[in-house]
Amino acid sequence: MKELVISKIKNGTVIDHINSGKALLVLKILGIDMETSLTVSMAMNVPSSKMGKKDIVKVEGMFISDDELNKIALISPNATINLIKDYEIERKFKVTPPEVVEGVLKCPNPMCISNAEREPVKSIFYISMEDKEVTARCHYCRRKIKDLAKYIS
Amino acid sequence: MRHLISINDLDREDIRYILKKAEEFEDVARGEKRLKILEGKILGNLFFEPSTRTRMSFEVAMKRLGGEVINMTAQEASSVAKGETLADTIRVVSGYCDAIVIRHPLEGAARFAAENSSVPVINAGDGAGQHPTQTLLDLYTIQKECGRLDGISIALVGDLKYSRTIHSLIKALTLFDTKIYLVSPEALALPDEMLEEIDGNVQRAQLDEVIGNVDVVYVTRIQKERFPDEEEYRKVAGSYRITLNTIRNAREEMIIMHPLPRVDEVDPEVDSTRHAKYFQQAFYGVPVRMAILSEVML
Repeated sequence: MKELVISKIKNGTVIDHINSGKALLVLKILGIDMETSLTVSMAMNVPSSKMGKKDIVKVEGMFISDDELNKIALISPNATINLIKDYEIERKFKVTPPEVVEGVLKCPNPMCISNAEREPVKSIFYISMEDKEVTARCHYCRRKIKDLAKYIS
Repeated sequence: MRHLISINDLDREDIRYILKKAEEFEDVARGEKRLKILEGKILGNLFFEPSTRTRMSFEVAMKRLGGEVINMTAQEASSVAKGETLADTIRVVSGYCDAIVIRHPLEGAARFAAENSSVPVINAGDGAGQHPTQTLLDLYTIQKECGRLDGISIALVGDLKYSRTIHSLIKALTLFDTKIYLVSPEALALPDEMLEEIDGNVQRAQLDEVIGNVDVVYVTRIQKERFPDEEEYRKVAGSYRITLNTIRNAREEMIIMHPLPRVDEVDPEVDSTRHAKYFQQAFYGVPVRMAILSEVML
């Protein structure tokens, strides 16, 4: 009998096929931290036939919006979403990178206005795919970044 | 046009339109004709970094069109010294005037200023980022002195790494049919990231190899203040000094441009040759900025 790494949820959101080691960043992107009252389960480095290893996040009792979920594509473009109702998959889709993200990435350019202390400025990045890799360009200084996991703020 | 933040925001037609308008203002810029089209308008000059030519040419352009200027130059004497944010300074000053010109050490500061301003914002240089009005006056100089923008070959010489003038100009040149030679020490080469972005006829070269082929030699100062180590600066300082000997094989109609100030990149002996156009270039800043000011304020 197949053993479940983490138990099924009744209602909520399952994020599967997360690149291994990125589950904590997924929670960060979704704004789920230690203060949360939600039931959240997470598995890291789960064996996967497609990916070798993968991470999984399950959030009980919450249907996260598509816009929020698509931000996961910044760090894990192959992630899949399952929206669960009464233990059944109600909708399943793959994340797609958003065109613009605000306040998610931190510009690595120390001379960028978005890093100025005390200024009421939120980082804005324009997202694109280059050679199957997600890249982002800063709205303010135009710096282009790859390997976006390093810049999640 | 509401704001002028980056040369990337303009296409060929926008650039041609501004240059045509600048041409119409040239006699006013020389003081040969009077115009009062900006009478009653006030320009706010916010320079968070030192500047002579850019600030003064904006001031002259505004006054030649009948307008007035308020200046914030010395940060020590302004609220910036008390810790006011840029956002607040812009919100306040945009209530006092009809347009703002900003120079700031941080990249993207002009775009951020525009987002906080109730009046048009013109970028007069933000860090190593953009300097679009300099680029427009550079293009105007080429068009005036060479008679065209398409079909030009140009050598960009000196500090191609940190020069915001170069970064803006190279993007604009690639909107036209131009051949661009990059001439710099390896340590000051155009960043790869910029090279990737440029879709045009661009290649690295040595100046003596191309001097006989180019229509324009555009020289920039190697900026001592950018080097972390003075020894590193000494290795490249003076490596591109334009002398009478350097240009002995140049075409008769070749022009030399420089955004100024120069230190020792162009020998003063060159000033009296027909190639030297850098002082004319500085003057062209006035009609070009008149065109920009009238465009954003009327």
